[in-house]
Amino acid sequence: MIDATGRPQSVLVLGGASELARAIVAGLVPGRCRTVVLAGRPSERLEAAAEEARTQGADVVEIVAFDATDLAGTPGVIDAVFDRFGDIDLVLAAAGALGDQADLESDPTAAAELITTNFTGLATALLAAAARMRAQGHGRLVVLSSVAGERARKANFIYGSTKSGLDAFAQGLGDSLVGSGVSVTIVRPGFVVGRMTEGMDPAPFATTPEAVAAAVIGGIESGAEVVYEPPVLRWVFAVMRQLPRAVWRRMPG
Amino acid sequence: MNTPHRSRALLSGWGRTAPTAADVVHAVHPALVDEAMAAAVSDATGGRGRGLVARGLGRSYGDAAQNAGGVVLDATWLDAVHAVDLDVGRITVGAGVSLQTLMERFVPLGWFVPVTPGTRLVTVGGAIAADIHGKNHHVDGSFCSHVASMTLVTPTGIHTVTPVSEPDLFWATAGGMGLTGVITDATLQMIPVETSYLLVDTERAEDLDDVMAKMLTGDDAYRYSVAWIDCQATGRRLGRSVLTRGDHARLADLPDPLAGNPAKARAFVPRQRVRVPFTPPGGLLNPLTVGAANEFWFHKAPRHPQLRQPHHMTGFFHPLDGIGGWNRVYGPRGFLQYQFVVPDAEGETVRHVIERLAEVKLASFVNVLKRFGPGDPGPLSFPMPGWTLAVDLAVGHEDLDRVLDDLDELVLTAGGRIYLAKDSRLAPHTFHSMYPEVDRFLDVKAKVDPDGVLRSDLGRRIGLCSDADPLPRD
Repeated sequence: MIDATGRPQSVLVLGGASELARAIVAGLVPGRCRTVVLAGRPSERLEAAAEEARTQGADVVEIVAFDATDLAGTPGVIDAVFDRFGDIDLVLAAAGALGDQADLESDPTAAAELITTNFTGLATALLAAAARMRAQGHGRLVVLSSVAGERARKANFIYGSTKSGLDAFAQGLGDSLVGSGVSVTIVRPGFVVGRMTEGMDPAPFATTPEAVAAAVIGGIESGAEVVYEPPVLRWVFAVMRQLPRAVWRRMPG
Repeated sequence: MNTPHRSRALLSGWGRTAPTAADVVHAVHPALVDEAMAAAVSDATGGRGRGLVARGLGRSYGDAAQNAGGVVLDATWLDAVHAVDLDVGRITVGAGVSLQTLMERFVPLGWFVPVTPGTRLVTVGGAIAADIHGKNHHVDGSFCSHVASMTLVTPTGIHTVTPVSEPDLFWATAGGMGLTGVITDATLQMIPVETSYLLVDTERAEDLDDVMAKMLTGDDAYRYSVAWIDCQATGRRLGRSVLTRGDHARLADLPDPLAGNPAKARAFVPRQRVRVPFTPPGGLLNPLTVGAANEFWFHKAPRHPQLRQPHHMTGFFHPLDGIGGWNRVYGPRGFLQYQFVVPDAEGETVRHVIERLAEVKLASFVNVLKRFGPGDPGPLSFPMPGWTLAVDLAVGHEDLDRVLDDLDELVLTAGGRIYLAKDSRLAPHTFHSMYPEVDRFLDVKAKVDPDGVLRSDLGRRIGLCSDADPLPRD
C-alpha cells in the first residue's frame, strides 16, 4: 500500500534497465519499497539494476521478460506480474529509446519500431496495468514523458511525437481513473545528461538522472499530476509553445 | 444466496491521506452482514475478491477502515438499542451506535460511557476494534475492559464472545482493527453519573519534568487526567503544558441554579458550533499560526491553579467535536497523528520526540500527554503502563517520513509502540517488533478466518493480511 506520506511498498518498472528508472528505484527502496519487479529485455544492464535494488535492501527483486514491441504478449506479462506479486502500488513506465533522427528519417521501419516502443507498447502496458490497478482499488502510474513532447522539433520530431502521444494518452488515462483510487503522474524532464544522450551537446536547462529521480519521488509523495525537471521548464515551455512556427523551426539543434 | 448491493466509493481515514476505492455495502440490518460475509467467503475460496472489513464513523486517522478493491461494510446502520438495564447500567446496542448517541440517551438517565476518546463520534464497534482509551485509562483501563459480551460475525460463523466464553477471540478482537470479524452488537457496562458536568482542576506546568512530576504524584487523585503540551516551546521551556484533571460532578457540587435543577444538570445536547466549509489549498497550519495558537492556549490557562471548576462533558472530553470537518484545516494533503506509548521508566523518550519535532520545525497544535495504567490482554491492544504522547502533523513537510521513521526506532528501542488506530505509515517489520504478541493474534485470526477474508489496507500495509496466494505460515 502507498502510505500517508506517499511511499509505495511495491513497484513494477517497465524498462527496468533505464538509467532514470534505476535512479528512481534507488530513491524508493530506502523508503518503504520492498518489492521491485523489473520488466525489460533480458540484458546485463537489467541484471545489474536488479542487483542494485537488492543491495539497497529490497526483499523481493525479480526480473520479468518484457518487450514493448510485442504488443500481443504485453497484457499477459502485466497480468502475470499482478497475479504473482499481489498488489503493485506503483507502475513506472520508463521504457523508451531516443534514436537518431537522421537515421530514423531514412529508415521508416526503424522509426516505426521506435514509435511502437515509446508509444504503442507503453500505451498497451499502461492500459493493462490500469485495469488491474482499478480492480485493486489503488495505485499510481508514473509515466516518463519529456519536454520534447511539448512541441515537436524538426531536430527530433520522431522521438518528440512519441512523447507527445504518450503524454496525451497519460493525461486522458489519468482523467479516466479519477475516483478509482488510481492516479497518474506525468514526468517531463528536460535534456537528461546520461547514457541515453551520450555524445550529444547538452541543451539549456539540462538535468541529471538523480535530479529527475528526486523530482519524481517528490511528485509521487505529493500526488502531483505533472512533474517538470528542472521545474523552470514548465514556464519555458509555456512560452515555447506560443512561438510562431517560423521562429520555432529555426531553434538550434 | 443474495449478493448485497454494493457501490464503489473512494474512502480515506480521518487524516484524509491515501484514499482507496472499495465496494461499500450498507449493512442496514445484521442479516446483510451475514450475507456480505458469506459472499466474501465464497469469493475468497474461489480465488476472487479482496476481502471485507467493517467501517464505522471513519475516525481512525489512517487506513484501518479501508479495503482497496474489496468490500467495506458500512456498520453505522447497526444503530439499534437492543436491551437496557438502568438499575445496573448494562446496555446492549448495535455496533454502529456512536458514543455520542449513548451520551445523548443515557447521560440524562444517569449513565455515562466507561471510556471516551477525544471524539465522541466513534462507533461502539470501532471502539472495540481499536480498544480505545480515554483520559481515565490510569483508573478504568481501556474500552474492552467494560465490554461484557459481543456478537462477532466471522467467516466461519457467528460467535457470541465474552471474555470468559472465548477469551482468545475476545481479546484478539479487542484492538484487532476489525480483522477477526464484524462486530454487530455489544453489551457494555456504563458508569453512573449524577450530572453531565465535571469538576476540573487546571494548572500550568513550566516544563516537561514539571508536568510529568505532577502527573506521577497527582493523577491517582483524579478519574480523568490529560496534559496539553506546547510542542514548539524549546530550551528551558520544553514541554511546558496545561494540565487538566477532574472527576464527575455530583449534583451538590454544582453552583445554583444547576444544583437545584437535576434535569438541566444532566442535560446532554451536543452542538456543532461551526464548520470548516472547504479545504484551504495550502492548509491553515504552519509554524507561525501554530506558534501563535500554542502561545495563546498556554497563556489562556490560569497562571495559578484553578480548582474544582465545573466543565460540561462536551467541552472537557471533546473540544474539537464542536467544529465540523476540522480535519480540513490541514489542507488537501491531509495529516496524520503520531501516537506512541513508552514504559514509565522511558519518559526521556517523550522529551527526545518533542525535541526532534521542534528541531525540524514540524508544527503541531494538538499535542496530548497522558499516563496509562495497566494494559489489557489484547495482543494488539495499544495501552501499556507508561507515557503516551499524541501529536497531529500535517503531511507535506519534506522530512516528515524520515523523521517519523527515526522516532519509530526511538520508541521501539524504549520498548514502546505506535497506536494502530492513528497509524498511517508504520513499516511492517517495525510493527511486528512493537507488537511481539502479533503471532498470538494471527493464530486466532487463522482459526476464525482460515481463508483470509478479513482484510484492510492497514492490514496489507503492516503485514496482517495479503491478497497474494496464501503464504505458508510456520
